[in-house]
Amino acid sequence: MQPETAVADTVTTKDRPAKASTERTQARARAARNRRVLVYGTRLLLLVAVIGLWEWFARAGIIDPFNFSMPSKIWDQIREWALHGTAQGSLWEQIWYTLYEALFGWIIGVIAGVLLGIALGRVRFLADVLGPYIKVLNALPRIVLAPIFLIWFGLGPASKVASAVVLVFFPVFFNAFQGAREVDRNLVSNARILGASNRRVTLQVVIPSATSWIFTSLHVSFGFALIGAIVGEYIGATKGLGLLVSASQGTFNAAGVYAAMVILAVVALLAEGLLTFGEKRLFRWKPAEPGTER
Amino acid sequence: MSSQTSPAIELRGASKAFRTPSGALHTAVRDLDLTVERGEFVAIVGPTGCGKSTTLTLVSGLEEPTEGEVLVAGEPVRGIGDKVGFVFQQDAVFPWRTVLSNVMAGPRFRGTPKAEAKERAREWLARVGLTSFEDRYPHQLSGGQRKRVALAATFVNDPEILLMDEPFSALDVQTRALMSDELLDLWAGTGSSVVFVTHDLEESIALADKVVVMTAGPATVKEVFTIDLPRPRKVEEVRMEPRFLEIYREIWSSLGEEVRITRERGAGNAA
Repeated sequence: MQPETAVADTVTTKDRPAKASTERTQARARAARNRRVLVYGTRLLLLVAVIGLWEWFARAGIIDPFNFSMPSKIWDQIREWALHGTAQGSLWEQIWYTLYEALFGWIIGVIAGVLLGIALGRVRFLADVLGPYIKVLNALPRIVLAPIFLIWFGLGPASKVASAVVLVFFPVFFNAFQGAREVDRNLVSNARILGASNRRVTLQVVIPSATSWIFTSLHVSFGFALIGAIVGEYIGATKGLGLLVSASQGTFNAAGVYAAMVILAVVALLAEGLLTFGEKRLFRWKPAEPGTER
Repeated sequence: MSSQTSPAIELRGASKAFRTPSGALHTAVRDLDLTVERGEFVAIVGPTGCGKSTTLTLVSGLEEPTEGEVLVAGEPVRGIGDKVGFVFQQDAVFPWRTVLSNVMAGPRFRGTPKAEAKERAREWLARVGLTSFEDRYPHQLSGGQRKRVALAATFVNDPEILLMDEPFSALDVQTRALMSDELLDLWAGTGSSVVFVTHDLEESIALADKVVVMTAGPATVKEVFTIDLPRPRKVEEVRMEPRFLEIYREIWSSLGEEVRITRERGAGNAA
């Protein structure tokens, strides 16, 4: 807006450079727009190419459609599940079960991880006593606990929640612990001089500065929660997307396995989007990273 | 009784040794004898890394002396007291709090009701000229503005003793002179005692009533100079006075020797 009013006010001799600069600004905006279009266009083209090639290869018999299925069959499968329900009941119910188990396990795992991480990060004694045990537990391949949980908690959601919890807990715990350890010592000293008690230092200095560490782990760990729930359902369940995968596999229905995968990916992406939204609200105090728009 | 008549700060033969990561014992300060009277502005100068900051952490109660005694208002220091304010060298404002909330932090930590804390914080923000910035976050401010927030956050607690650890060393030269004047203005009304650590001799003379020269590390008091320049002072103007130069020359003859010793040691270590 500025250059235009300048043009109107000034005499004709100054007219030319002002015009040239507006033109340059416009050209720059156009170039930025073109680049954006190019990126999105190429992205779309890549997707179409991969799906198209897959479909074509399968139809031409270059790859075996029985083993590899094809996009159109997968789409038909999703439509059929969505419109007529699955062998285990409606599709929405399966999604809801998996989501419920993952979310429940995630929340428990996150709360336990954050609490214990902050506690061990703040209390040296606890860290010294429990440190080695946590390392040992972390070294275990925790996914093999899923069958044990099935024996303990049965076919219902509880066993899936439990396997989600053990997968979520460790990454969250380690990040919270690290976050509590790496708090700026100056900030802690400053808070203490200003009169903060130990409890206040923990609540108002340590936890806020550890939140960016914790949030990093929240993104990864929601994926882990989904894995925990799915694997649990795959091993044995009465409802859920993992059961859809294992049932499809049992009937040699490759399209079913892929369809369940696609649905899972969409669910995971939506959850990720929600998390990012929450994070942006929470981190208004942080300077924007260079090169990113907030 | 004694708290009325005793000096604000007294260090008696205080020493502080740290255990270094390699296990060796490193003495930061030794046999420190220093008295700061009530309402006095004392500047501590010394070669870099000699242990000036350690002196402040001893007075604040963040660290305890290995030997000797540290008294604040006649009472031995045990832990962090409520009489002390500390302005750090690096930014120590809370980045997740707004400017206003940062200045409110001290009173809130000490149990002042929210409304009263807000009122006092606004008062101090007005004094440092940041009223229109109260909703900003620290990363949206310049270095000088952040320092003003730190000053307001410290002064709002009405500290009897103000400890400052090279507070302006990260600022550019013009901002620094401006902040020094502002500090003198803020301090003038409070009657608090100030210990100001710096490696800048000019800054120390322009600000202080008394300049303490420390020896090369492990540090102890070498000499104490009284600065008889009249107050109120303007940092940029006082620098031009002939008396200022006289004092500067006198103190530098003492400080320069310690700086040389430190430098030679550094060269010796490097060789």
